Amino acid sequence: MKAILTLDNLASGLVTTIWTPVFVAIFLAIVAYALWPRNKAAFDEAARLPLREE
Amino acid sequence: MSQPSISKSMTSGESGLAALFAVTAFLCVIASAKALDAPFAFHAAIGAAASLAAVFVIVNRYFDRPAALPPAEINGRPNYNMGPIKFSSVMAMFWGIAGFLVGLIIASQLAWPALNFDLPWTSFGRLRPLHTSAVIFAFGGNVLIATSFYVVQKSCRVRLAGDLAPWFVVVGYNFFILIAGTGYLLGVTQSKEYAEPEWYADLWLTIVWVAYLLVFLATIIKRKEPHIFVANWFYLAFIVTIAVLHLGNNPALPVSVFGSKSYVAWGGIQDAMFQWWYGHNAVGFFLTAGFLAIMYYFIPKRAERPIYSYRLSIIHFWALIFLYIWAGPHHLHYTALPDWTQTLGMTFSIMLWMPSWGGMINGLMTLSGAWDKLRTDPVLRMLVVSVAFYGMSTFEGPMMSIKVVNSLSHYTDWTIGHVHSGALGWVGFVSFGALYCLVPWIWNRKGLYSLKLVNWHFWIATLGIVLYISAMWVSGILQGLMWRAYTSLGFLEYSFIETVEAMHPFYIIRAAGGGLFLIGALIMAYNLWMTVRVGEAEVQMPVALQPAE
Repeated sequence: MKAILTLDNLASGLVTTIWTPVFVAIFLAIVAYALWPRNKAAFDEAARLPLREE
Repeated sequence: MSQPSISKSMTSGESGLAALFAVTAFLCVIASAKALDAPFAFHAAIGAAASLAAVFVIVNRYFDRPAALPPAEINGRPNYNMGPIKFSSVMAMFWGIAGFLVGLIIASQLAWPALNFDLPWTSFGRLRPLHTSAVIFAFGGNVLIATSFYVVQKSCRVRLAGDLAPWFVVVGYNFFILIAGTGYLLGVTQSKEYAEPEWYADLWLTIVWVAYLLVFLATIIKRKEPHIFVANWFYLAFIVTIAVLHLGNNPALPVSVFGSKSYVAWGGIQDAMFQWWYGHNAVGFFLTAGFLAIMYYFIPKRAERPIYSYRLSIIHFWALIFLYIWAGPHHLHYTALPDWTQTLGMTFSIMLWMPSWGGMINGLMTLSGAWDKLRTDPVLRMLVVSVAFYGMSTFEGPMMSIKVVNSLSHYTDWTIGHVHSGALGWVGFVSFGALYCLVPWIWNRKGLYSLKLVNWHFWIATLGIVLYISAMWVSGILQGLMWRAYTSLGFLEYSFIETVEAMHPFYIIRAAGGGLFLIGALIMAYNLWMTVRVGEAEVQMPVALQPAE
């Protein structure tokens, strides 16, 4: 059987494929957030959190 | 007696839960009477008895308590709720010893098959899921619940949410274990690895797990600490993902609502894929994410050093989340699963090596400036060696997921060796380390009863692990090579029974290793028992005397 390009399977193909770039983009955004120089002080503070509780 | 003039009444939680359990008791009695098979009748009867006991305990607790519920804070400091944590810690130690013991029994059965006594209840097929569930879900699960309830309170600086809810979680979870475990012995199973409990146990676990999620989330929501500490992220990922996995893998249609047997909704290769999507992510999110949360809280705390790199911990977390969920197909190499799916699973498994080692480096480097403590503190040594085992088994795992390696390793003892280097070395040791820290903290003790005994535990258990995993590596590779050996004429060189015979010495070494691991756990139980019983109480500064800041 030949695969026929219809609006339907084009849409479902897009829906299943779109997640790859979306996930990669989200992950890169998270890495940028983690490495952003301005956030360093807050993260260094968070790293000490278990040590400064009562 | 000057009681504050609050009129005492049941909270809606108390009255609602008591009423619910009363109804459950009634339904269980009916189910027991109409049961189609004996194990179902037995479980329904236990359910009825437990529900009645729950009603009694809830009402009794109400009569015994003061009119006001425990305050969230006392003199401006959080009034932490340690009761459910104590319960889970004790249950963890109990189930740990039970699970290791059953492991030793089935290891001995493999070496000396007569030890199954020719009885259905003690056959390998029934005891094996009892062992895996007891060590993973009963021991590991109780350690995770206990530590998560502790860490979320301390790192959010707020009392655990709910009054009865945390108790419902810890007792309800252990009741699930009881139903699952007795079911295995009676032959009740849906034959899905690590998801053996039948439909009614699954439904009960769903209720308990949702309560767990709500208690954990509600505690985070009312936190006093603005930042959500990384350990809580790992715990939350563990709780949420286990819920999703449980619901995805277990939809089943019971033959009758009065019988234990059910049929799983999925069929054929879809069922296999669902099963190993579940199975591998139980490794990823139960045995990894949950215990990494322990690593990120207990190692800094014990070493008195900050986390080496908090930035790395964030990347570690999200990389793990994005990658782990795809790795399941490597359990189904060379099966009816489509080739591309197998390759996908293999690829993601190899990529997983990076976040795993990122996490390992982060845990180990947290000791920067405190390495000398490894000489004097056997608890810290246990925690650190667990991270080293984590690194080892997360290197070995991706390697074994490579198809050509898997063609040698699959279905052999190599897999058992790999699993146990992770389970005994990583999960076991990090749990022991956490319990050694946790017990003195929650029982208000200055320290452990004996660090010397911890040292004995450490070395005996380490020796046990080394015996276990090296025996299984040799045995597994030998087995794999014998299966694929051909003669010059193209015939298989060995019959199957010859390969079984070749395993015999390694099975004895493995049982010896498991025995040592069990002895270590017994030493630990004695040490913790003595810590609680005769340990010196931590002197708490009377809060009222503290100067105003």
